[in-house]
Amino acid sequence: MRYLLRRAGFYLVALWAAVTFTFILPRLMPGNPALAYLAKIHAQNVTTAQYNAMLQEFGVNPNVPIWKQYFDYLSALLHGQLGLSISQFPSSVSSILSQSLPWTIGLVGVAVILSFLIGTLIGMLVAWKRGSWYDTAFPPILTFFSAVPYFWMALALIYVFGVNLNWFPTDSGYDVFNVTPGWNSDFILSVAQHAILPVLTLVIGSLAGWVLTMRNTMITTLSEDYVLMAQAKGLPERRVMVNYAARNAILPSITSFSISLGLVVSGSLLTEIVFNYPGIGFALYNAVQGDDYPLVEGCFLVIAIAVLSANFLSELVYTFLDPRVRQGRS
Amino acid sequence: MQLTNIPDQQIDTATILDSAKGRGGRIFRVLTSNPKIAFGLGVVALFVLVALAAPLLTPYNPDASVVRGSLPPSSAHILGTTGLGQDMFAQIVYGARVSLVIGFCAAIGSTMLQIFFGLTSAYLGGIVDDVLSLIINVFLVLPGLPLAIVLASLASNADSANKNEFVIALVLLFTSWSYGARVLRAQTLSLKEREFVAAARATGETTLRIIFTEILPNEIALVASTFIGTFVYAVGAEVALEFLGLGDTSHASWGVILYWAQNNTALISGKWWQFVPAGLCVAVLCAGLAFINFGIDELANPRLRVERPQRRRALSGKKKAVAR
Amino acid sequence: MMTPKVAGHFADTTTRERTALLEVKHLKVDYETGSDPVHAVDDVSFTLHRGQILGLAGESGSGKSTLAYAITRLLRPPAIITGGEILYYPQNETLRRDAIYRVQEPGDTIQQDAINRVQEQQDAINRVPTIDILQLSKKQLRAFRWQELAIVFQSAMNALNPVMRLETQIMDVLETHNPSMGPDARRQRTLELLRLVGITPDRLRSYAHELSGGMRQRAVIAIALALNPEIIIMDEPTTALDVVVQRDILVELMALREHLGFAVIFITHDLSLLLEIADQVAIMYAGRIVETASWQEIYRQTRHPYTYGLLNSFPSLHGPKRRMSGIPGSPPDLRNVPSGCAFHPRCSFAFDACRERVPALAVPQAAGVHIGAQGLEPDDTLTGAIVSARSQECQVACHLYCKEGVKDNE
Repeated sequence: MRYLLRRAGFYLVALWAAVTFTFILPRLMPGNPALAYLAKIHAQNVTTAQYNAMLQEFGVNPNVPIWKQYFDYLSALLHGQLGLSISQFPSSVSSILSQSLPWTIGLVGVAVILSFLIGTLIGMLVAWKRGSWYDTAFPPILTFFSAVPYFWMALALIYVFGVNLNWFPTDSGYDVFNVTPGWNSDFILSVAQHAILPVLTLVIGSLAGWVLTMRNTMITTLSEDYVLMAQAKGLPERRVMVNYAARNAILPSITSFSISLGLVVSGSLLTEIVFNYPGIGFALYNAVQGDDYPLVEGCFLVIAIAVLSANFLSELVYTFLDPRVRQGRS
Repeated sequence: MQLTNIPDQQIDTATILDSAKGRGGRIFRVLTSNPKIAFGLGVVALFVLVALAAPLLTPYNPDASVVRGSLPPSSAHILGTTGLGQDMFAQIVYGARVSLVIGFCAAIGSTMLQIFFGLTSAYLGGIVDDVLSLIINVFLVLPGLPLAIVLASLASNADSANKNEFVIALVLLFTSWSYGARVLRAQTLSLKEREFVAAARATGETTLRIIFTEILPNEIALVASTFIGTFVYAVGAEVALEFLGLGDTSHASWGVILYWAQNNTALISGKWWQFVPAGLCVAVLCAGLAFINFGIDELANPRLRVERPQRRRALSGKKKAVAR
Repeated sequence: MMTPKVAGHFADTTTRERTALLEVKHLKVDYETGSDPVHAVDDVSFTLHRGQILGLAGESGSGKSTLAYAITRLLRPPAIITGGEILYYPQNETLRRDAIYRVQEPGDTIQQDAINRVQEQQDAINRVPTIDILQLSKKQLRAFRWQELAIVFQSAMNALNPVMRLETQIMDVLETHNPSMGPDARRQRTLELLRLVGITPDRLRSYAHELSGGMRQRAVIAIALALNPEIIIMDEPTTALDVVVQRDILVELMALREHLGFAVIFITHDLSLLLEIADQVAIMYAGRIVETASWQEIYRQTRHPYTYGLLNSFPSLHGPKRRMSGIPGSPPDLRNVPSGCAFHPRCSFAFDACRERVPALAVPQAAGVHIGAQGLEPDDTLTGAIVSARSQECQVACHLYCKEGVKDNE
C-alpha cells in the first residue's frame, strides 16, 4: 500500500511538471496569444482597453506578475478551465477537448487492448515453439512492420482498403453526412466501421513490440527451474505454458507498457490526422496549423494526463499480478 | 515499438566480445559474426552511401521543378515526379541526407545526455541520484511526440523564417534522452558494486575518471544499443514532424515528400509514387537499425540465439526420445 | 561437512528387500555445442534398488546433475541423450495406480497404500512389462512423472513458482494425476504433506518469497512426496542451506524414507555427507562412474585414487593430525578429455595403460592400493583386497585393479 502511495506521489509530481511546462513554454516565445488572435482576424482599431481585456482573457497580461499568472493558471486548471481557443474563438478549449477526448480514448483503448492481447499471445506461442518456422518468420516480419511509420501505414491502408478495394471508410469518426450522433444503432455501426482502419493501423504498428517483448521474456522464463519442475511434475503442457511460464513472463511486458503506451499515443495522433479522425490528435494538429496556442497547450495537457493515468493504472495492475512487489520489494 | 530488450539483463561488453566468433579484430568480429547485425549494418551502410553519392546518382536538383505536375514513373523519372514537378528519385536520394543527419545528430546529442544523467546519477547516488532520477522519470512519462509537436510548432512560429532542421534535431533530443538515461542508470547501479570500481576508488582515481574510463567502457554495448534506438526514434519522429508541416517544407526530405503528397491528395488520385517510396525508405532504414539492435540483444543473451536442434540419430535407430 | 559415525548411520538396508527398481544401462548424454559434441555422461551404468539411497558424488562438471536430468528426461537443448537405456521395474503397488496401464485410480493416502499393498501381494503376480523411460511417449511420460519419479531441485527458491501460492503448487499435481480426487480430499492430502515435512498449515497460502530457506526446501520436498513416488532424485538439496538447517532437513528426510520406503538418488559434491546417509555411493569423474561401492567400502577400503583424494581433502575432527592431501591439478575440460583414464594427469599411480585405455567399471581383480600411514600406497599382495560380500556392488574403473594392469606397474 505504501508502495502505491509513493508511486501516486510520483505521478502527481509528473503532472505538476507537465502543467508547469505548459505554462512556461509559450511565455518564453516572443509575441502573445492576444496579438496572434488579433492578427488572425485582421482586427483594426483595437482600443487599449479591449487589448488588455484580451490579454486578461488569454491569461497573459504583462501587468500581472508572473507568479500570480501561474497561480491563476493553476486555479483555472483545477476548475477545468483551459482558456479560450483562438482558431475556434469563442469556444473554450475545454469544450473542444471534451468532445475530442472520447474518440481518442476509444481508438487508443481498443487498439492497445487488441495489440496487447494478440501480441502477447503470439509472443508466448512463438517462444514455446522455438526453432520452428514461427520463430524464424514472425519476428523479422513484425519488426519490419513496426519500423514503418504509423502514418505511412495509415496511408497505405487507406490506399489499399479504402481507395482501391473500397471496403472501409477512410474519413472521419462516423458518417457525418448521413448519420446523426446519439445512441442509435446507425451511429454505433457507423462508428465501428470508421474505426476499423485506424485501429488496424495502430494494431499492426504496435504488435511487434508486444510480440518481441513477450517472446524474449518468455524464452528467459522457460529456462527457469520452476518451469522445469512444472514439467517434471507431469503437468499438461498448456498449464505449464500458461500458469508457470507466461504468468511470470508477462510481468516485464506490463512494466514496459508505459513506454509502449507513449508510443501508441504518438502513433494515434498521426493516425487521427491521416484519417481525419476527430480525436485529440486531430485537434492538436489543427491547433498547430492555426497557431492556436491555448488549444495546443490544452491538447498537450490532456494527452499528458491521459498517459500518466494509464501508466499509473498499469502500475496498479502490476502490483496486483506480482505478489513480490506488494511488500515493497521489486 | 520495442526497440531493444537489453535493459532486462546484464550486459558485459567483455563477454560479448568473447562470445563473438568471426575473423579479424575483435570489434569487427562482433559486427560480422551475428547475421542480424551484419544485415542491419549493410542496410544502414547502403543508405549512407546513397546519401553521400546523391549527386552521382541523379542529374536533377531535388528542389527544382522540371516538369509540370505529377507524372508516374518513367524512364526519364524512375520514381515519377511530385505535385510540383520535382523528380521524386532525386528527392528521395537527397532526402536521405536530411534524415540521416538529423537522426544521427539527435542520437549523438541524446546519447551524451543519457550518459551524463544516467551514469552520474547512478554513481553518485544519494540526493543527487534522487533528484536526477526524478527528472529522468518525469521526462520518461511525458508523452514524447506530442511534446515534440508542441515544441516544434512553437519554435517554428517563433522563428518562421528559419525552420531549421537543427531545431528539429534539438526537439528530438529533448524528448528522447530519458529512456536511455534510465537504462544506463540501471546498468551503472549494478556495475558500481563490482570490485574493479572499488579497486579504482582505492587507488585514488577521481570520480570523473572512474565514471568515464572504468564504468563507461563496460557499458559500451548498452550505449550502442540505446544510441541505435534513439536513432530509430529520431528518424521516425523527424519524418512525422515534417509530415505535419513543422519542418522546412521547402527543402526535400522524406517527411516533406509525404507532407506534399498528403496536401496534394495523392492518395485519392491514386498517385502512389508520391508516398510509397518515402515511406518504404523510412521503414527499411528503421528496420535495418532495429535488426542491429536485435543482433546485439542476441549476443548479450545467448538464450535468445536461434538454436537449430540437430536431428541426430539417437538410441540406435529408435525414435529420439528426448522430450520435455 | 560431517564426519561419518558408524553407529549413527541412518539406513540399514541389509534386511531390506533387494529388488531392482531402476537400471541405467550404458547411458550417454552429449552437449552439442560447436563442432565436437561434449560427452557430459559417458557410458554410465548402475542399478538402484528399492528403498535404497544411492549417493552420486563428484566435482562440478562431473556430469552428476546431467545424469539426474537425463533419467527424468528433463534435459534441454543442447543436451541430448545419445545412447543407453533406463529401465524401470514397476513395483506391485504401481499396478493399481496408473495411467500408464490405463487403470482407474482411487484417491491415495498412505494408509490406503499399506492396505492395498497387502491385498496386492496376495493377488497373482501380474506380469508387468519393464518400462524403458527413454521410450515412453509424451503422454506416458507425463503420467509416469512425479507418480513414480520425483525430483527435488537444488535451489528451492528457483524451483517454486514465484507468483503461485504454495497450496496451488501442491494441489495442481494432485489434480493432474488423480482426477477423481475431489477438492476436499486434495486439501486433506496437502495438509498431510505439510505436516509430514514440518510446515505449519498457516503457510498454505504463502508465496515462495514469504518462506524461509529451510521452509522452502521442505515445501519442495512436500511437493515431491505428493504422489508417493518410488524414487526421489535430490540434486544437492542442502547445499544452499546453512549447516543447522541442513542437518534438520536430512534427519527429516531419513525419517520420511523409513516411513514411506522410497528410494533416493542423492547428488552432492560433499562425499562426507554421503557417507553418513547413503547405502551405496557412486563417484563420478568427467562423465563416468569411477567407483561405486557401499558406504563402508568407500570409507574403509577406498580404492580409486580420486575417491581417496576426495575423502581426504577435508581434515577429520578426530584422529591424529595428518598431512592434508588435496588433488593436484583441476577437473578436466570436457571438450578436451585426457586420453585413456580421464584422471591420469592428476593421479600419482598413473602408468602406461592409464594413458592408453579407458578403464572399464568392473569388480576389482587385484589389490591395487591400500591406505597406509602416508596415505595411499601401492599394494600388490592379494591379501589387501577385501572382496565385499556383495561383490557385484563394489566396482572400480581403474587399471590398478585389473589383473593385467599390475604387471605394467613402473
